[in-house]
Amino acid sequence: MFLHTVWLILRKDLTVEVRSREIAYTTIFFAVSCILVFAFALVKEGKPPEDGAAGILWIAISFAGTLALGRAFERERQAETLRALLLAPAPRPAVYLGKLLGIVALLAGAELVLVPLVSLLYQAPLLQYPGWLVLILASGTLGFAAVGTLFAAMLVRARSRDVLLPVLLYPITVPVIIAGVRGTAALLQPTVDADSVRFWLALLVAFDAVFVTLALWTFEPLMTD
Amino acid sequence: MRFVRSVVVILVLASSSGVAPAIAYAQQPAEQQGAFVPAESLPQRERMPAAPLLVAAYAFVMLALFGYVISVSRRLTAVKTDLTRLEGEIRRTGRG
Amino acid sequence: MPKWFVRAAVLCGLMFAASPFVIATSRDEAELGMVFKIFYYHMPSAWMFLLSAIVCGIASLRFLFSGDVRRDRTAVAAAELTVLFGLITLVTGPLWARRSWGTWWIWDARITASLVGWMIAWSYLIVRKYGGPGSDKLAAGLAIFGMANVPFIYISVNFWRTIHPATSVVPTLPVDMSWRLWFCVASFTLLYVLLFKLRVYLEEERSRVDTLYLALEG
Repeated sequence: MFLHTVWLILRKDLTVEVRSREIAYTTIFFAVSCILVFAFALVKEGKPPEDGAAGILWIAISFAGTLALGRAFERERQAETLRALLLAPAPRPAVYLGKLLGIVALLAGAELVLVPLVSLLYQAPLLQYPGWLVLILASGTLGFAAVGTLFAAMLVRARSRDVLLPVLLYPITVPVIIAGVRGTAALLQPTVDADSVRFWLALLVAFDAVFVTLALWTFEPLMTD
Repeated sequence: MRFVRSVVVILVLASSSGVAPAIAYAQQPAEQQGAFVPAESLPQRERMPAAPLLVAAYAFVMLALFGYVISVSRRLTAVKTDLTRLEGEIRRTGRG
Repeated sequence: MPKWFVRAAVLCGLMFAASPFVIATSRDEAELGMVFKIFYYHMPSAWMFLLSAIVCGIASLRFLFSGDVRRDRTAVAAAELTVLFGLITLVTGPLWARRSWGTWWIWDARITASLVGWMIAWSYLIVRKYGGPGSDKLAAGLAIFGMANVPFIYISVNFWRTIHPATSVVPTLPVDMSWRLWFCVASFTLLYVLLFKLRVYLEEERSRVDTLYLALEG
C-alpha cells in the first residue's frame, strides 16, 4: 500500500511532466543560462577558472532545483490537487516520498544535460569517474530535494511563497552543496584522492539520512491545518 | 510506518558505514591547538595593536545586548498601550 | 513578571559589571596575548547561541506535535535569542581572528556551519514576519532542521583539520583561567534566562491583545 502510493504519485508527476514538459524545459534552460553567465563572468583570456567547474555545476543544480520545486508545487496549488492528495486515504509519508522521487527524477534529467555541458565549457574531466560522480550527484540531489520538497509543500498555502522558498531552503542545504562541491572537486584533481571522495560521499549520505528522516517525521504535522 | 522505519534504519546504517573511513581521513595530523598553552612559556614576538580589537569586541557585545533589551521594552510598551486601549473599549461597549 | 525577575536582573547586572575586572586580571595566553581576552565573551556567547538553537528546535518539535501555542511562543523567543547571540559570536570571532589568525574571516567548518545556523534562525524570523497565516508551523519545520545543524557545529572542529582550536582546549585550561571562563558562562546563562523570560512575556501579552481584538469583534 505504501509503496504503491509512492509509485502512483511518482507516475502521476512524471506523466504530467512528459506531456507538458514545461518544468523540464524551463529548468534546463535556466540551469544552462546560469552556467553561461558564470562562464562570461569568470572566464579570463579565454580560460575558465581552475576548479571552478565543481562549484558552478552545483550552483546551477541548486538554482535550477529551487525553480523546479517552485513550479512543481505551483502546479499542485492551481488545481488544488495537494489538498486532494492529503485528503486521500494514503499515508502522508508516502505522499512526501512520491513527490520527492518526482523532483529527484526531474533534477536527474537536468543533470544529464548539465554535467556534459559543464565538462565541455570548463574543460573539466567530470566524466572520468562516472561511478563516483553519479553517487555524489545522486546523494547531493537527494539531500537538496528532501529539504526542498518539504518546504515547497509547506509553502503552497503561504503568502510570498516564491520569495520564501530560497530564504528557507538555502541556509539548510548549504552543507549539502558544500559537501557536493568538495566531493566533485576531489574527483577533478589530476590524481584523485579516493579517501577524500569517500569522505565527502559519506558526509552526503549522512546528511541525506538526517534530512529524509526529519522530513518524513515532520511532514504529517506540517501539512495539517 | 514500518516501511518508513526500515528505510530510516537502512539509511542510517548506510551513512554509518561511511563514518569509520571518513573519520580516518579527517583525523590527519593537525596543526590545530589540542591543549591550552600559557603566555609566559613562549618567546615575545612582533605584535599588532590588540587593544582596539579588544575594546571593539566588548563594546559590541554591550551594544548588542543593550539594543536588544531596548527593542523588547519598546515592543512591550506598544503592546501595553494596545492592551489598555482595548480593555477600555471593551468596558465601554460592554462586550467580551 | 515573576518576583525573582528583578532580583535576578540586578544580580546579572552586577556580574556583568564585575566581569571586565575579572577578565582584566587574567593572564595572557601564548601567541595570542591580550586579544585572547575576547575569548571570555566569545565562548559563552557561542554556547548560548547553540543552546538557543536547540531550545528553539525542541520547542518547535513539541509545538508541531502538540499544537500547544505556548511552545510556539518559546520557539519564537529562542529564535530571536539565537540571532542575537549568534550575531555577538560572529562579530567577536572575527575581531579576535584579525589579530590571532591575521584575517577577518576564514571558511573553516565551524565558522561556516555557525554562519549557516545563524542564517537559519534569521530566516525563521523572516518567515514568521512575512509568511502570513500558517507561518508558525512553517517556521517550526525550519527550526527543527536548524537544530540538526548544531551538533555538527560543535564537533566539526574535532574532525576537520581546522584553524579553530579543538574542543579539548576548555578542559585543559589552568584553574586561574577556567574559573573566569565559568564566571562569564554563568553571567551569560543568567542573562539568557532573563532575556528569554522577558521575550516570552512579550509574546504572551501579544496573544492577549489578539484575544481582546477577537472579543471586540465577536
